[in-house]
Amino acid sequence: MVYMSQKMIDTSEKGPTFSGGVAPRQSAAPLRPESRMPPVAVSASPAVLTATPAGDGLPRLPLGASLERCDTHADLDSEPAIVTVKDFMLFYARSKALHGVNMKIPMGKVTALVGPSGCGKSTLLRSMNRLNDLIDGVRVEGNMYYRGQAIYGGGIDVIGLRKRMGMVFQKSNPFPMSIYANVVYGLRIAGERSRAVLDEVCERSLRGAALWDEVKDRLHSSAFGLSGGQQQRLCIARAIAPDPEVLLMDEPCSALDPIATAKVEELVFQLRGKYTVVIVTHNMQQAARVSDYTAFMYLGRLIEYGPTNAIFFQPHRKETEAYVTGRFG
Amino acid sequence: MSIATNTLPGPRVRSIGSERYRRRALLFSAIMHQACIGFAVVIVLLLALVTGYLLYLGCASISANLFLEDVIPKGMPGYPGGLRHGIVGTLTLIVMASSVGIPMGMLTGIYLSEYSSGSVLAAPVRFICDVLAGVPSIVVGILGYELLVRPMGNQNAYAGALALAFIMIPIVARTTEEMLRLVPKSYREASIALGASKAWTILRVVIPAATGSVVTGVMLAIARVAGETAPLLFTAGISQYLRGVHGPSPYIHLQELQEPFPSLTVQAYIFATGPLKEQKYLAWAGILVLVLLIFILNLAVRLTLRNRHKV
Repeated sequence: MVYMSQKMIDTSEKGPTFSGGVAPRQSAAPLRPESRMPPVAVSASPAVLTATPAGDGLPRLPLGASLERCDTHADLDSEPAIVTVKDFMLFYARSKALHGVNMKIPMGKVTALVGPSGCGKSTLLRSMNRLNDLIDGVRVEGNMYYRGQAIYGGGIDVIGLRKRMGMVFQKSNPFPMSIYANVVYGLRIAGERSRAVLDEVCERSLRGAALWDEVKDRLHSSAFGLSGGQQQRLCIARAIAPDPEVLLMDEPCSALDPIATAKVEELVFQLRGKYTVVIVTHNMQQAARVSDYTAFMYLGRLIEYGPTNAIFFQPHRKETEAYVTGRFG
Repeated sequence: MSIATNTLPGPRVRSIGSERYRRRALLFSAIMHQACIGFAVVIVLLLALVTGYLLYLGCASISANLFLEDVIPKGMPGYPGGLRHGIVGTLTLIVMASSVGIPMGMLTGIYLSEYSSGSVLAAPVRFICDVLAGVPSIVVGILGYELLVRPMGNQNAYAGALALAFIMIPIVARTTEEMLRLVPKSYREASIALGASKAWTILRVVIPAATGSVVTGVMLAIARVAGETAPLLFTAGISQYLRGVHGPSPYIHLQELQEPFPSLTVQAYIFATGPLKEQKYLAWAGILVLVLLIFILNLAVRLTLRNRHKV
């Protein structure tokens, strides 16, 4: 179930003020047109936002409203969801990594998961294709649903699920094989043997990853001969070759230089519509550039989730505001 | 007042303490460097010495007869004969032992590396492998005698091969496990994320990525086993000839496998500790052949792998 935003009465006429924020206003229109935005769930006075902690200089998250409630913008209700996360909790042995996350990943859109280190966004991402099963001592409560079918339990074909969800990792990890063998690996698993089909899919995927022109003459040379950015694009090509429905990207650009990052971001932008992309990123500007929806997480909890513009320029929660304006994290 | 001040450009700050320290540090560094080189040279020299001596003593007796004849007793024409039976015998025993030992060892190694998380069996198995790898081979021989030779009635090739396999399995298991562990976890994750089953991942990604090292481990095990004498003394016994049912033949008949079976190491031992001079020379030649055999085996495997192995 989607949590509705809290309907608390705002004490101040104009709502919370932004102080020294990094995010500029895009238009001259008033910040909070009252007709569109629901009231803000703020219980502390606006003065908390402007105060900077004295002395130690460390940024602090102003913990006001309970972290347990997630603020999901109403825009998401109308989007068809391909993955639904319901009361999802994850434990690494004793410690709780995810506390009751509820969210719907809209189909065909790019969703960004942002938040400071250790907030659980990578864990949440990896739970979607059950990659956390590989780790010892992981325990899960609650469930996730892929097109209505429960991902955990319920007799789901995990391998089939993973075939429908491609994943790109933070550090590029091409197999120690040729470029061609890397890209068609996913198809070979499925039993595809026809050379014609494999060739065609290889070209299509490499074109889709904007790598074809650079490697078309050396498809059978080792994948390790590529540069870091090329290797990551190869991993993206490998992930999209079996034509998945969902693409899960775990900080794909964090190990890349700016030019390679720009290429990958452009790629992600082009993938929308056909694929659903869930991208975890540390980089606020990247999230703002490529995503349609952004989810802000903190300490294993989903704090706020809504359209990217709203999250960045008109966040409901002050924790979100503090994060996107660079006050902490 | 530190070393750094002396190495920076600018007016030199003279300081006795730091200068002495610096000289001492450089001297110590130079001594260690030379010591390492020295010891390496010593080891290489020793190796060259042993190999040279072996070559010198063995080459004299190498002839075509070595590979064509079995042992011919003194007094008969063609004495001392050759070591054909030993060479063929050792090769046969290696093949038989490997056919049992390598699969079992590798599968154990794969289990210990890939399937051991959350399993209570893994730690005891690992420990037992480590212990068994250090068991003296004569103990394996006696064990083989009691458990295999006695029930079977006489010494034979099967018992010998099984004793050798017993020695092989822990070595192969541990080296396979170590080498598979060295394969980065990211490969497995990427493969699983693409929808491969665990078995496919292991077969198509993990093992090929570790092929070179796993083969090295297997070659080490084979080399170790090829040179074993004590277990074969008890289990395969001593045989001075290898002939078909109806007379000398280059092939091994199944009948032969059920009788005491020759091997190069045991035969060389018999010759070397015997009284006859020509047979002693033959023993040297046999040892040389054994070393060359292992060398060629290694080389052949390495060369074949190098073409397929993409780095």
